[in-house]
Amino acid sequence: MTTEPLATPPKRKTRNFALLSNRAGAAFMLPAGLLVSVFVIVPFFWVIFVSFTNRTLIGATALNPQFVGLGNYLALFDPATFFQRGQFGFSLILTTQFVLASALLGQALLGLLLAWLIQTVPPWIKRITETFVIAAWILPEVVIGFAWFAFLDYDNGTFNMLLESLGLPPGDFLLQQPFWVIVVFNTWRGAAFSMMLFNSAFSSIPPSYFQAADVAGASSWQKFRDIGLPLIRGHIVTDLILITMWTFNTFTPFLLTNGGPSYRTELVSIYNYRVAFQDFQFGKGAAVGVIMMLINLAFALIYLSLGRKRAPK
Amino acid sequence: MMNRMRALALGLLGATSMAVPAFAVDLDITCRCVIGGVNSATAQWLEEKVIPAFEAANPDINVTLNQFGGEDAQLTQQLALDFSTGAGPDISAFDGFLIPAFAAGGQLKSLDELIGDDYANWEGWNHISDGIRSIMSYDGQTYGIGLGTDVRMIFVRKDLMEKAGLPADWQPTSWADVLDAARKLKEAGVEAPLQLNAGVAMGEATTMQGYWMALLGTGEGVTDENGKFIVESQGILDVLNLYKTVYVDEGLGDQRAQLLADGRNRSFANFRDGKTALLVEGDWFYRSVTAPGAEFEVADRDNVMSWAKMPAQEPGAAIRGQDFVSISGGTGFVINPNTDTPQEAWKLLSFMMSQEQMTAFQEYQPGIRSRSDVAIPNSPFLTETSQTLLPLTTARPNDPNYNAVSQEIQRMTEAVVSGELSPEDAMAQYKAAVIGIVGEENTVSLL
Repeated sequence: MTTEPLATPPKRKTRNFALLSNRAGAAFMLPAGLLVSVFVIVPFFWVIFVSFTNRTLIGATALNPQFVGLGNYLALFDPATFFQRGQFGFSLILTTQFVLASALLGQALLGLLLAWLIQTVPPWIKRITETFVIAAWILPEVVIGFAWFAFLDYDNGTFNMLLESLGLPPGDFLLQQPFWVIVVFNTWRGAAFSMMLFNSAFSSIPPSYFQAADVAGASSWQKFRDIGLPLIRGHIVTDLILITMWTFNTFTPFLLTNGGPSYRTELVSIYNYRVAFQDFQFGKGAAVGVIMMLINLAFALIYLSLGRKRAPK
Repeated sequence: MMNRMRALALGLLGATSMAVPAFAVDLDITCRCVIGGVNSATAQWLEEKVIPAFEAANPDINVTLNQFGGEDAQLTQQLALDFSTGAGPDISAFDGFLIPAFAAGGQLKSLDELIGDDYANWEGWNHISDGIRSIMSYDGQTYGIGLGTDVRMIFVRKDLMEKAGLPADWQPTSWADVLDAARKLKEAGVEAPLQLNAGVAMGEATTMQGYWMALLGTGEGVTDENGKFIVESQGILDVLNLYKTVYVDEGLGDQRAQLLADGRNRSFANFRDGKTALLVEGDWFYRSVTAPGAEFEVADRDNVMSWAKMPAQEPGAAIRGQDFVSISGGTGFVINPNTDTPQEAWKLLSFMMSQEQMTAFQEYQPGIRSRSDVAIPNSPFLTETSQTLLPLTTARPNDPNYNAVSQEIQRMTEAVVSGELSPEDAMAQYKAAVIGIVGEENTVSLL
């Protein structure tokens, strides 16, 4: 990537910092370009194409799929069934609730709170907190999924053992409150990112601001509200958009609940998986995938435009 | 320097390729069988008898057994993806009801096309009846070799029946009898007396052991006599209401076992531990699940466990006017359509299914085998159940869409047993889903 100085004298050559000729550069780009087109661009258009057919994995329409036009999309948005359990609208609403509760409220708030609290504690507490929170973030998904499943199991789970030893009644969380289980899970899992982002944002605020506030006798809450928050507003917007995208696409709750019982935790990513790879309806599954791509594209555009607005300053 | 390196590399390459015998062939078999776990007998038979004997007779072929420990539906998913992308084992265990969907989708090739003469001239076909052969067939073509067929019934814990004051030779003649017995057992302190499979997690075991066994008792099937799928009927409603009575209204069964991912094993454990007294299952439950040495072995089985015929809703109300019902399926083995070595795979498959190896299988798990020249084991249970139930039994539709419809049946039962939907609403969603799969012209409403 070459960047041109803005006020370049017109006479100077534009290729003032090229290491390679154009041709050599293109030759070096070619392998990567081929890989990207074979593994990203071609499948992308193939998915769009399949979404206009009734292709299935097994059964008669596997070998002889028919072109059904917008049939798959119309079926997904059929008002008669749209909001029914196990249908696209149902899982879209569920996903929205999941994003609101676990990403925007859970991860962002918890991350913000942790980041603020660890500003003032002794360094060793800060380090321990960071280690634990980040460990929850970097452990492999399957390990985490199984650990939570084992933790919450009704019959032999650690959590119920703890409850019972305290004289409390055991709870059948995975079957009775599956939605709140995955909300708490995702909050726990992802709070680290928000915490780290806000932590570095808080650290970038000059300490003199807080010292001046201390002299004026401001409480911790006042400092947070009047100094901390306004100065990291940009970081908060970035954080919210990123975690919204990630949470919207997350598949890990499947490891805890299999999308059930009875669709109660079937997020769109899990819905998409079920339609395509459990019901083997590739056409309909591809249509869901295309819609998810469009939703993600919208998030990405918002994110990029925000970044561009901030950059020229 | 470069030349020397190149010469060395070429030399090494040559040496390693020389080390491998010229015609060595590797064959993989996959089955849902794990030594010490599910279907342990099948795994032991393959590992201890079939593979050593086959490799001794064919020194140039190496056979590897992949023991798959997941659920049936997961293996189906794996095979569907493998067989359509050219991957997967050379031979796999396979449930017969999936043959139409896989065959129509090109995930299986008929043995005629894949093997040819060796298949047509195999001696085994003289000893396998057309009925058994049809289990692994679709549209007049054979796709694999079956191990045998099965029948379904109610398994009974005699010790618990005695505790509840019910006769040892209990035989219900209507659903009401079954429910009455379950109520008495519940009163006598049996936690979850009745197990009638429901829910998505059990897969086809829900459709076969639960839904079908009840539905046949109303005089209906999943399809009508013209092969159209019945999407609305009094029979469906009655079955769903039966589920509702058992799992929601009266708590006569273990509702959680229908909803949990490993619920089927939980239902087996309930029976083993005396928490369930009546369990509707296939004879596989006797042959494999509760057999001595198995995970769910029932202690003192011969004295504790017996069986009863599944009754119709009312006497005479079942399909074909019967008083009792049963349904049969069958499993076997198929050859991967994309195998590099179809002839060797066939050699192994036909060897497995030879009289000698089938007879050896009887030592691990006595059963009634597909081959008529394999002696029927001296097991009163197997002879009695097959003599009584085979004349009553039914088969599932040989239809490429059956598997997809069956998944909708599982969802319909789950909606009811979780208490989420009324039977009427669940049936309405079933109707919409099945119409989406097979098209309205292939469905029929009996209401």
